Amino acid sequence: MFKKLLIANRGEIACRVIKTARKMGIETVAVYSDADKHALHVKMADESVHIGPPPASESYIVIDKIMAAIKETGAEAVHPGYGFLSENMKFAQALEAAGVAFVGPPAGAIEAMGDKITSKKIAAEAGVSTVPGHMGLIEDAEEAIKISGQIGYPVMLKASAGGGGKGMRIAWNEEEVREGFQASKNEAASSFGDDRMFIEKFVTQPRHIEIQVLADQHGNAIYLGERECSIQRRNQKVIEEAPSPFLDEATRKAMGEQAVALAKAVGYSSAGTVEFIVDADKNFYFLEMNTRLQVEHPVTELITGVDLVEQMIRVASGEPLSITQEDVTLTGWAMESRLYAEDPYRNFLPSIGRLTRYRPPQEVQAGPLNDTGKWQGEAPHGDTAVRNDTGVYEGGEISMYYDPMIAKLCTWAPDRAGAIEAMRVALDSFEVEGIGHNLPFLSAVMDHDRFTSGNITTAFIAEEYPDGFEGVTLGDDALRRVAAAAAAMHRVAEIRRTRVSGRMDNHERRVGTDWVVSLQGEAFPVTIAADPNGSTVTFEDGHAMRITSDWTPGDALATLSVDGETLVLKVGKIPGGFRIRTRGAELKVHVRSPRQAELARLMPEKLPPDTSKMLLCPMPGLIVKIDVEEGQEVQEGQALCTVEAMKMENILRAERKGVVSKINAGPGDSLAVDEVIMEFE
Amino acid sequence: MKDILHELEERRGEARLGGGQKRIDSQHAKGKLTARERIELLLDEGSFEEYDMFVTHRCTEFGMQENKPRGDGVVTGWGTINGRMVYVFSQDFTVLGGSVSATHAQKICKIMDMAMQNGAPVIGINDSGGARIQEGVDSLAGYGEVFQRNIEASGVVPQISLIMGPCAGGAVYSPAMTDFIFMVKDSSYMFVTGPDVVKTVTNEHVTAEELGGATTHTRKSSVADGAFENDVEALSEIRRLVDFLPLSNREKPPVRPFYDSPDRIEDSLDTLVPDNPNMPYDMKELITKIADEGDFYEIQQDFAGNIITGFIRLEGQTVGVVANQPMVLAGVLDIDSARKAARFVRFCDCFEIPILTLVDVPGFLPGTGQEYNGVIKHGAKLLFAYGEATVPKVTVITRKAYGGAYVVMSSKHLRGDVNYAWPTSEIAVMGAKGAVEILHRSDLGDPEKTAHHTQEYEDRFANPFVAAERGFIDEVIQPRSTRKRVARAFAMLRRKEKKMPWKKHDNIPL
Repeated sequence: MFKKLLIANRGEIACRVIKTARKMGIETVAVYSDADKHALHVKMADESVHIGPPPASESYIVIDKIMAAIKETGAEAVHPGYGFLSENMKFAQALEAAGVAFVGPPAGAIEAMGDKITSKKIAAEAGVSTVPGHMGLIEDAEEAIKISGQIGYPVMLKASAGGGGKGMRIAWNEEEVREGFQASKNEAASSFGDDRMFIEKFVTQPRHIEIQVLADQHGNAIYLGERECSIQRRNQKVIEEAPSPFLDEATRKAMGEQAVALAKAVGYSSAGTVEFIVDADKNFYFLEMNTRLQVEHPVTELITGVDLVEQMIRVASGEPLSITQEDVTLTGWAMESRLYAEDPYRNFLPSIGRLTRYRPPQEVQAGPLNDTGKWQGEAPHGDTAVRNDTGVYEGGEISMYYDPMIAKLCTWAPDRAGAIEAMRVALDSFEVEGIGHNLPFLSAVMDHDRFTSGNITTAFIAEEYPDGFEGVTLGDDALRRVAAAAAAMHRVAEIRRTRVSGRMDNHERRVGTDWVVSLQGEAFPVTIAADPNGSTVTFEDGHAMRITSDWTPGDALATLSVDGETLVLKVGKIPGGFRIRTRGAELKVHVRSPRQAELARLMPEKLPPDTSKMLLCPMPGLIVKIDVEEGQEVQEGQALCTVEAMKMENILRAERKGVVSKINAGPGDSLAVDEVIMEFE
Repeated sequence: MKDILHELEERRGEARLGGGQKRIDSQHAKGKLTARERIELLLDEGSFEEYDMFVTHRCTEFGMQENKPRGDGVVTGWGTINGRMVYVFSQDFTVLGGSVSATHAQKICKIMDMAMQNGAPVIGINDSGGARIQEGVDSLAGYGEVFQRNIEASGVVPQISLIMGPCAGGAVYSPAMTDFIFMVKDSSYMFVTGPDVVKTVTNEHVTAEELGGATTHTRKSSVADGAFENDVEALSEIRRLVDFLPLSNREKPPVRPFYDSPDRIEDSLDTLVPDNPNMPYDMKELITKIADEGDFYEIQQDFAGNIITGFIRLEGQTVGVVANQPMVLAGVLDIDSARKAARFVRFCDCFEIPILTLVDVPGFLPGTGQEYNGVIKHGAKLLFAYGEATVPKVTVITRKAYGGAYVVMSSKHLRGDVNYAWPTSEIAVMGAKGAVEILHRSDLGDPEKTAHHTQEYEDRFANPFVAAERGFIDEVIQPRSTRKRVARAFAMLRRKEKKMPWKKHDNIPL
């Protein structure tokens, strides 16, 4: 076995690999750019090597710099993680030449599968079902339009070297092909240094289901079940699960066997993923093969008990697979939520800055990983597990240079409903402050009926949130539970206030039992009866809830039991009340005495200032282009300007017809969030 | 006997109705509560004891003898806030527009006298059309009596003014002399002369809101210390403020049970100061991470953002915080920030509230705007305030502490009791760039030499150790353990005794 492993990556995946390497007794080397000097993966590794300036193109994907780091530290093997150099054939070749093991497939397999056009041909030849499309390279937008016409709309424009949604666009007509082709090509060039494009048929009502394969250097290959990754936003995966709620045993077997056949056809070794598109009739088509560890690999680990990183390292060191296809059993259900530094209320635009607070939920081990004895520990909360793969820490900085994904929160339970419920609680318990993030959105999906029913497609988000995400409105039951909890917390806080020093003897304030809780536009009069173990909150209609909690004033997280069910609230202060966040909802909660409540009703409602006639910068970023002039009339949907943030070009469009009256910014300007870019008449 | 008891209730009922239901409805329609409703929300339920309910004015001019409402337009008395005694007066706009008569003023004076004698804060709720013109000079005399008491009470008991309606003309000078002024957005305004007079005299067209609304006074003039959305929110937040304040200068600041370990370590503070010395960071994060339960009551939040002032608790006890804010103007000291912080420091010193100072200051703001407007004297206010303050003073330098501004910010030389510095501190006369330009002027044309000199200067002075070698810094501390160290320092200083030499009073550069 290797003595020292270099991880040619950053963020959560670098940390993930380090954990397994440490467990296996292998020393670890981290590499880092200027922006990652204080990053978690650097802190976790035994050694670290600085490899250059923040942009990945000048650090993490410069082969020579990684090779130099290997030489400097004497690492015997390299794990590339995902992204960066993970599917770079030249890198694999360079390692081979240097006699360093690559924890990944052979260069030939990377080459064969790395090019989407070649890979499709090989897959078809290996008997794998494929989607119709244009295999050749496409020169320009005009050719792209011609080919798209032949295939039939809708079509998917894809970067040949692409991944993770970058350089990828769906086009429903000629106009969108023309506009999207160049944009995708540019993105591909800047993200991968390779701007080759291809086009294929876009399957509607599709599910994205992928098969995890594992192969060794001795010709053995197995599949470890599937992952359903249909919950995507603009081709970026958001929530994944294993197994899929859609597949039957026969389809799973067929997909698995085709995936293994493909792996064998290209002489694959290591972990790999064969992605399929599955239509409503369970027809499945080969999409691509990812010749690396996949972001969402933890859900497979949670239901199979196999540590994929360990297997990759063992395979790379020449060991034969110790597991056969018969050994693979899928136990229970695992969910993964990707935590992105993206503001859901601002159309998921990237958010950067300092993590002033970052407290993931407590990790709990259970399920197959426990049974195999690979991970130690008991399951204190019964039959559910919580796992959080993270690359950041409280006080760390989210920079604009890299992927905005900062953590992967996974839960496991014996069944899907259990895994979802565990995820709801885990998301509620996840504290992230200082940046915008998608936790509320993830919570919203976990409570969405269509998601819980399992009736999902890759269009789920586009269809269910067509106008973006505007937050969650709690239903009556949930609202009452929060109201009861708030009343109980308020009482505790008020009693503490009466214990201040300097009060008049024998004329102390007595904290009352009757309160009115107002939240989400509703007011609930309640009565609290407290006893040493908790309190009983009774509503006007006589319905009573029993609340117990160890919450004390100032705790940012309240874990309560409401009638025996767990309710987790993020609790903050607002003038005269609480700010409570739970289940994706953000509530201003006021608990008042009946008299206070009566007088509060007399207070006028104040409307926020009107910004409807302004274009505000939705994120901190750089103005790349202004497409309009002062005095120009614009149509709804017309591009107004382009803002670059986190290496993504975001086109801001007119929300409605109007006339530009004033432009306050120009190309090259660096703007803060909510700065006014232009005004309308 | 029964009839007499009944009559008392009848008279009380009449007085409680103030200017009558119609005027009460009109007050509500303006989004305002009545004088009595405000007191109800300010004080603990059922704790208000009203005095002088039956007082009426004695004016006989302009037919006033026909209109003698009970209480005369102001409700006065005392009650408790979380069990602690406060005196309160609340002007009743429904009664003769809350105008101030001789008797109205007498009622206010009575409770102010009691407050000083018995040692409890005075909270004044202002909602008045101004002087009662029918009373002439009697009304002005009434104001004068109130002013005199505001002055005498200053530094004896905390005085808080809530502006919840009009407050114009001479009336503004009573709140102006209290410790804190809070306003309600959209329904209160303060000015010496109103929009009509302004228009006549200076030909400026301005609305009452623009001239003296909450936004004007919290952002531009700094007359007000804070503003709230409505009456209910304002009264609830004033209760929160009172929880921080001592009852009088005869008592220590209050202590209440806390649920936060004084030993709490905040690892994230180790990365608060960015690697790049020119990058800002939010000093409020440090304040809330030091404070018990993250609770911070900010004073003058919307004015001179380059300095932060407000109250926190450490181990349950009130501490005043003054902190440079690198996010605004790099945390520089200027006229506005010096005035804001000086007044806050003096308030804390009056009432034995210990002061925590967090320093990241690049110096004083240069420019004609500053010099012409007297930055010398205004800056001296803060210096003076720190130097004369005898309360426990703990200072933490997080990054820059340059030049005179270093001395001003509660340095050892101004009798700082415990002066800590983070390892990221740079305590020097100025930053490296400026220093090299002066020390090595002849080498300025040579970038290589300049870089060398800059490096040399940084190595020598861009750290806390030169100051620590001289004992100007008592200890260089890990950022993560700041709460623990600061809490321990204040615990150690709890019995501090220090007196300034006897004098009638000092002569702070006003």
